Amino acid sequence: MPSLNDYLLLSAILFSIGTAGVFVRSNLITILLSIEIMLNAVNLSFVAFGRALGSADGQIIVFFVMTVAAAEAAVGLAIVIALFRHRESLNPDTFTALKW
Amino acid sequence: MTLFYLFGAVAVIASLLVIAQRNPIYSVLLLIASFGALSGLYVLLDAPFVAVIQIIVYAGAIMVLFLFVVMLLNAPQEDTELDMRVHPMLRPGAMRFGTVLAVGLVAELIWALTATTGSASFQPGPLISVATIGRRLFTDYAFPFEVTSVLILVAMVGAVVMARHDAAGGKR
Repeated sequence: MPSLNDYLLLSAILFSIGTAGVFVRSNLITILLSIEIMLNAVNLSFVAFGRALGSADGQIIVFFVMTVAAAEAAVGLAIVIALFRHRESLNPDTFTALKW
Repeated sequence: MTLFYLFGAVAVIASLLVIAQRNPIYSVLLLIASFGALSGLYVLLDAPFVAVIQIIVYAGAIMVLFLFVVMLLNAPQEDTELDMRVHPMLRPGAMRFGTVLAVGLVAELIWALTATTGSASFQPGPLISVATIGRRLFTDYAFPFEVTSVLILVAMVGAVVMARHDAAGGKR
């Protein structure tokens, strides 16, 4: 049986992959996907801790995290569409003006 | 144990490929594969509720939303002068710094987790059923649960307002 540390290690690796994606990629869609990877890594550690403590709280918090992730994806993608309509680009380096 | 390594390897490799793809459609599809592996890990953790909503909500709803947007924008190429052929360490300034930060984060987390004494395997506990979670959601967590519905409503209105065509030509 894998222990709690194994799950936490896997969660840490996934979170780091998400962080690297946010920093390295220059595509707004891929950056949002990397944020989803990070959220899922955190979910995994929540469920693992909940299993180790024998309580349902971990899974309930995962439920709330998923709701927030859904809201974040909807609003984030709407912003991406609005930005793309103005600049015809998905590269965050092209969005340098605060107002147009 | 074998299943843990199998699912973990699939999740890590798929996530790595997500951030290595040039075409966002492949990224989205690979992320769905990663979510499937995570769902298997949730089953191993005796969390059937989370495993099911991982598939239904995440892979079924959120990723389809991403897929819609990727196909709607129809911009498969990453239009940057820095091609994917440029190694992340050879890129200028902030991107190289970000790569260094991510590698440092990996090293730090792995060091912190291996420095602790090995934790024991999970104690065999009762399976946390969907009924238990539902009862908790509507008793102890009733207020956050209702706030969640307001949050979804606000997100829905915000998405509609921001993504709409400005046909009237009014101020945005």
